[in-house]
Amino acid sequence: MKLEVHQLNSFYGPAHILFDVDINVGPGEVVALLGRNGAGKSTTFRSIVGLVARREGRILFEGEDITARPTHEIVRRGLGYVPEDRRIFTELTVEENLMVGEQPERTGAPRWTPEKLYTLFPNLGEMRGRLGGRMSGGEQQMLTIARTLMGNPSLVLLDEPSEGLAPKIVEEMANAILAMKNEGLSIVLSEQNLHFARLISDRAYIIESGRIRFGGTIRELEESPDIRDAYLAV
Amino acid sequence: MSSVAQPSEPRRNDAGPDQNQRVASVEFFVVQFLTGLASAASLFLVASGLSIIFGVTRIVNFAHGAFYMLGAYVAYTLTDRFEGFFGFWGGIVVAALVVAAVGALLEIVLLRRIYRAPELFQLLATFGVTLMVQDLVVMIWGPEDLVGPRAPGLRGAVDILGLAVPTYDLFLIVLGPLVLGGLWILFHRTRWGVLVRAATQDRDMVAALGVNQTWLFTSVFALGIFLAGLGGALQIPRNAVTHLMDLSIIVEVFVVVVIGGLGSVLGAFIAAVLVSELNAFGILIFPKISIVLVFLVMACVLIVRPWGLLGRAEGPARQPAGLSIRPWRPMSQNQRLIMLAVVVAAGFAPFVTGDYALTVLAEIAVFALFAASLHFLMTVGGLASFGHAAYFGLGAYGAAFATTMFGMPMIGSLLLGPLLGVAGAILFGWFCVRLSGVYFAMLTLAFAQIAWSIAFQWVEVTGGDNGILGVWPASWASSPATFYWLALAVSVIGIVALRVLVFSPFGYALRATRDSALRSEAIGIDRSRVQWAAFVIAGTFAGIAGALFAFLKGSVFPDNLAIPMSVDGLVMVLLGGIETVSGAVVGAIVYKALAIWLVSQTDLSKLVLGAIIVLLVVAFPKGIVGFAEDLLARRRTRADDGGSAARTAPAKATAPTSGSGAAPIAAPKMEAAR
Amino acid sequence: MSTPILEVENLSKSYGGVHAVRGVSFTLAAGEILALIGPNGAGKSTCFNMLNGQISRDTGSVRILGRDTAGLRPREIWRLGVGRTFQITATYPSMTVRENVQVALLSHHRELGRLFGFAGARHHAEADRLLGLVGMRDLAERPCGELAYGDLKRLELAIALVNEPRLLLMDEPTAGMAPKERVALMRLTATIAREQSIGVLFTEHDMDVVFEHADRIMVLNRGSLIAGGTPAEVRNNPDVKAVYLGEGSVYGGEAAA
Repeated sequence: MKLEVHQLNSFYGPAHILFDVDINVGPGEVVALLGRNGAGKSTTFRSIVGLVARREGRILFEGEDITARPTHEIVRRGLGYVPEDRRIFTELTVEENLMVGEQPERTGAPRWTPEKLYTLFPNLGEMRGRLGGRMSGGEQQMLTIARTLMGNPSLVLLDEPSEGLAPKIVEEMANAILAMKNEGLSIVLSEQNLHFARLISDRAYIIESGRIRFGGTIRELEESPDIRDAYLAV
Repeated sequence: MSSVAQPSEPRRNDAGPDQNQRVASVEFFVVQFLTGLASAASLFLVASGLSIIFGVTRIVNFAHGAFYMLGAYVAYTLTDRFEGFFGFWGGIVVAALVVAAVGALLEIVLLRRIYRAPELFQLLATFGVTLMVQDLVVMIWGPEDLVGPRAPGLRGAVDILGLAVPTYDLFLIVLGPLVLGGLWILFHRTRWGVLVRAATQDRDMVAALGVNQTWLFTSVFALGIFLAGLGGALQIPRNAVTHLMDLSIIVEVFVVVVIGGLGSVLGAFIAAVLVSELNAFGILIFPKISIVLVFLVMACVLIVRPWGLLGRAEGPARQPAGLSIRPWRPMSQNQRLIMLAVVVAAGFAPFVTGDYALTVLAEIAVFALFAASLHFLMTVGGLASFGHAAYFGLGAYGAAFATTMFGMPMIGSLLLGPLLGVAGAILFGWFCVRLSGVYFAMLTLAFAQIAWSIAFQWVEVTGGDNGILGVWPASWASSPATFYWLALAVSVIGIVALRVLVFSPFGYALRATRDSALRSEAIGIDRSRVQWAAFVIAGTFAGIAGALFAFLKGSVFPDNLAIPMSVDGLVMVLLGGIETVSGAVVGAIVYKALAIWLVSQTDLSKLVLGAIIVLLVVAFPKGIVGFAEDLLARRRTRADDGGSAARTAPAKATAPTSGSGAAPIAAPKMEAAR
Repeated sequence: MSTPILEVENLSKSYGGVHAVRGVSFTLAAGEILALIGPNGAGKSTCFNMLNGQISRDTGSVRILGRDTAGLRPREIWRLGVGRTFQITATYPSMTVRENVQVALLSHHRELGRLFGFAGARHHAEADRLLGLVGMRDLAERPCGELAYGDLKRLELAIALVNEPRLLLMDEPTAGMAPKERVALMRLTATIAREQSIGVLFTEHDMDVVFEHADRIMVLNRGSLIAGGTPAEVRNNPDVKAVYLGEGSVYGGEAAA
């Protein structure tokens, strides 16, 4: 297993947010974490990379316990994190944004250079000197993913990569994620957009009120409309 | 150079009277211009350090002046011990490094605990450090001014247009732009610099990309302090080293960063030159009102560019002071009866205590009103003023003028005196409410310091340092008991009036501007007008307290509107509890009693007071009343629902970083709200 | 559909040589629900903020109920009868839900300058009526800082209705809400708009919401309007597909209940 989350419980102040969350990700897999807004998707990701101050349970990355590690150490082990709402450095150019994400090469993970990323996201290549704040939302979303890839991770957590994007850009995003998968990356993405998630994912978890309610392949999910309706439905 | 600040730095390079005869000559203007440029160098070093630290940590480091002073003292000791070329220059650099190391230590021990606290708390904590350093410096180096050596190799003067310009000044003139260029290269051409600029915008994101931001912060802080220490060390050939230089430079630095734009190194450079030149020429052209010149320029800049010449609009304060998620309620009938009983009990004090105790109690009553007025501005309005003493002091001077100049009876002076405070609040407040957050705090501080300088320098009217004596109460109120009753009555009426205001429609409008400026504008509220009115109201009540204070002491001094007085007010509000309605009064009573006792017990009152402030911010950010309310609320919750698993998690849940102890209003995204 | 509530003519704005909005013209009738969609950076927010008075316009005119809004500040435009909700909710966390509405009512009745009298007792019934309208009557005493996000959005709607507006400007009204809440909020808005003949202009990223609830849709791309019409017309417009909607694989239609 690439990533194993065992019995994760998380808290914001006195509020208990996640309850005994279990998630497994195999090498090269794309796994979707589905759920409504506020279901606990972002908290799950933030807990995995150590951005939630209080969490209990065990998180193993490539077999090593990272539960008590600080965020930067977790990331340096090759666990990349792309937060929701993009968080581009607006005062830095595209190239400088990528520079911030730079980490040494590591074995067992695809190696990324700015040039290689410009082929994956051609738009970025055309605006290397542009300030992050002068880019459109879609371009920023591409940049935030590229920036994380500069750390040469072997697994990436993508928090709501399609949120707030034009449908056309979302389609481009799906293609980029599939290309990343083909490089051998493991990917976990959180989504509300079921249409998007099923285009690219191998497996899916459904989270609701901080608890995992379903885990299985996309096909299993498609074949159980009652589950979809109960936790995702309109 | 320090006309804005305390005139305690004797200039060594002033050529003296013979220059004054040549005031009009062109040559002289050139030389004066060069002197201004040389003065700008140190000011720029210190201001850029403050700006860099603010950029990344979002902390306005009040203790920056203290590090400037430490740099000068350490450099004095080193250059005194090791003479010669290497002794001097090595001593300057080593002094800056030593100070930077002390700064790094402070960052590790204190600042790491308060990075997420509200701005006000950070300013206060670093001010507490300043207080401690002041006492420590006097302990180590003594209270006398120290005169350092001249710079080896740069002792002489260069002849420019027939006038002698010290070589050392020319060195400083060149140094400023060199440092500016060096910093630019550091921030734009090194990965460290790019990381720092990234962290300036979003520190958590930098960590999420694998950067150890803890040490990034420490290194940035050390760099900023290094610049401050260097600025101080480089001053020793020009100015005497004194234990007052910290406050004088910090006020000037605040003026510089407000003009140049907080966070902009280039802005700091331009503004440092501007301010230094204004000082250099202001003294020549308008010797009496040189202060006003800087003030006017700052005012003009702020009208045109509220965030300074090169500053960028700051978002609203991370968390305005006083923003609570516990909605305020007016007192219940029972609570009102209890309060009435307390006031009546206080009214019986003269029958059970002696004269000294009554004088102390009258002073406490005066400060309760002062603290309540600041609380109104700070907690209800979310506008943390670092210069509220200005209106207290102006009220005191107003009463003194009315009594001594116009021979008014006490009641007349008490009624008219505060009008001077009101006038000051109307004038200064108009500028201040254009800003928010730390800018607001710095500007209020600068204005208060200007008021202080006028009181200090305009000797003909204010008596300068000697103050105004003979402001005695009318004979009917001259006994300690009657004056105590008078003070108590005025204070209680004032506090009740402020409390009525809190729950009035205006009070709601004020809280609305604090909670959300965006929403307020969208429902037709004129934010700056509401806040200006609040500023004037707070200034009025502070002025009333000041007028009472003048009669209590029988005299007024510039101290009445100095920075320490402003900070006393802040500490009272903080001690009582910043998110509460009644905390200020409790805080004033406890603090004033404590302070009077402390002064009688120790010579190191600043050291102790500074430590108390730091401790308060780090350990008890909610204050006495806030702490009590928490206890009550917790008991009530427990009584309400026997503990639903989700809500009543163990108490250790609080994140270690939340030095503010503030409730998670903006808990990470809305997931927490569920 | 009688007199237009909102008439926009040739509205333009550029920043540093970049045209954020150019030559946008449209009208909005009473009781009509009009959606403004387009890619990120297409100029939706700029457009919105010009209508609202938050930023000034370079050229063009905006008339609200026939009155030109040139030079008016947001708070003055509000007094013309414009309600506003924000993409990221802006409410008063230190007050109760009812007090949030009361402040707006006090402002509407120009009573916020009063220095005494207990504000919490004023316009109590009117505040509760508005909260009832959005289904929040039961939450009136709750501290606003404790509300769930969807409730905050409904509270914003109640606040926006305080001055009996004729025009509602809603910036991404359903962003961050669960699907069920989205439908409920938009239905509520539509009902109120029709009953009180309010014109509603909203931006939105959720195409399911747009196609189901808008009477008419305008598509903005690179600052210009490239299409406008009924949901069906816009949905099948090839230009809109090319710049914005794509092939339709990532939004639903069949997901609608």
